[in-house]
Amino acid sequence: MTGRKKLVIDPAWCKGCGICAAFCPKNALEIAGEKVRLKEGGECVACGACEMRCPDYALWLEDLEE
Amino acid sequence: MPSELVHKYLRIDHLPHIWCAGCGNGIIMRDVAVALQELIDDPEVPVSRDKTVVVSGIGCSSRAAGYLDFDSIHTTHGRAIAFATGIKFARPDLEVIVLTGDGDCSAIGGNHLIHAARRNIGLTVVTFNNDIYGMTGGQYSPTTPTGDKATTAPYGNLDRPFDIAQLAAGAGATFTARGSAYHARETTELIKQGILHKGFSLIDVYSVCPTYYGRKNGRGGPVEMLQWQKEHMVPAATYYAMSEEARRDKTLVGVLTHTENPEYTEQYAALVERVRAQSGK
Repeated sequence: MTGRKKLVIDPAWCKGCGICAAFCPKNALEIAGEKVRLKEGGECVACGACEMRCPDYALWLEDLEE
Repeated sequence: MPSELVHKYLRIDHLPHIWCAGCGNGIIMRDVAVALQELIDDPEVPVSRDKTVVVSGIGCSSRAAGYLDFDSIHTTHGRAIAFATGIKFARPDLEVIVLTGDGDCSAIGGNHLIHAARRNIGLTVVTFNNDIYGMTGGQYSPTTPTGDKATTAPYGNLDRPFDIAQLAAGAGATFTARGSAYHARETTELIKQGILHKGFSLIDVYSVCPTYYGRKNGRGGPVEMLQWQKEHMVPAATYYAMSEEARRDKTLVGVLTHTENPEYTEQYAALVERVRAQSGK
């Protein structure tokens, strides 16, 4: 693991199951229109819990460009 | 452009997959991909992508062999372990990983399972165990708990369920473990241990099927079903620190049995050597 990470969401692969939002330790995600999105003012700490349990690979962490 | 892991180890032209929203299989397939990635990237470990074969049978779970971008084979119902045995026998240098479901592995393929375990052949079997036949419409499987409902058990299942890990251990498997869709990180570690173990390994991973099992049994949707796993399944470090009383309604996530016995293809190679020496050829 190097450097800081950022969350990337691809709604095209999201099936809206809500697992990511339910188990986000910062409660930073929500499902709107059957797709996941970062809540307004949602504080993502890039822990990766959502990526680990997303059955559809619709969100993940990427290295933050410095 | 999906994540680096998905881009590298899954066939992205086949994605998104066909599994239902909230199906645990997608989580478990990712665990397998992460486990393989971490072993392949570890210079201390002799696992390579070119020498890894993924074998599956039939059922929802078994679609995984089509999605994982390794040398893979999607075989007939229940015969994944039989095909895998042939591959391992012909090429003992390969890592052979079987992805299967509760029905594929313990009903249709039950005989292959017990005899592969008995031989202690060096396969790693990962069961995507969702307690039901999802693909064909929600019939009860050998792991459906007694009393639970299925399309073919509208008044509740009479049968007592198999514990696939115990079944494998009883038949001679030298490494058995239990994972869950919720406990993704722990399950990934168990899959890694199973791959590194020399001999027959089986990691029984509890998946979730919200579409059939969850709906027929009032277990809620995917979130409620994973929440149940979070509350009732406990990783080893915590589990062994709990009192016996507290463990009573809990299921261990971790290694169940681990023993060392001669591996079958090594024994076969030794037999060949011995017979050659005796015959002077």
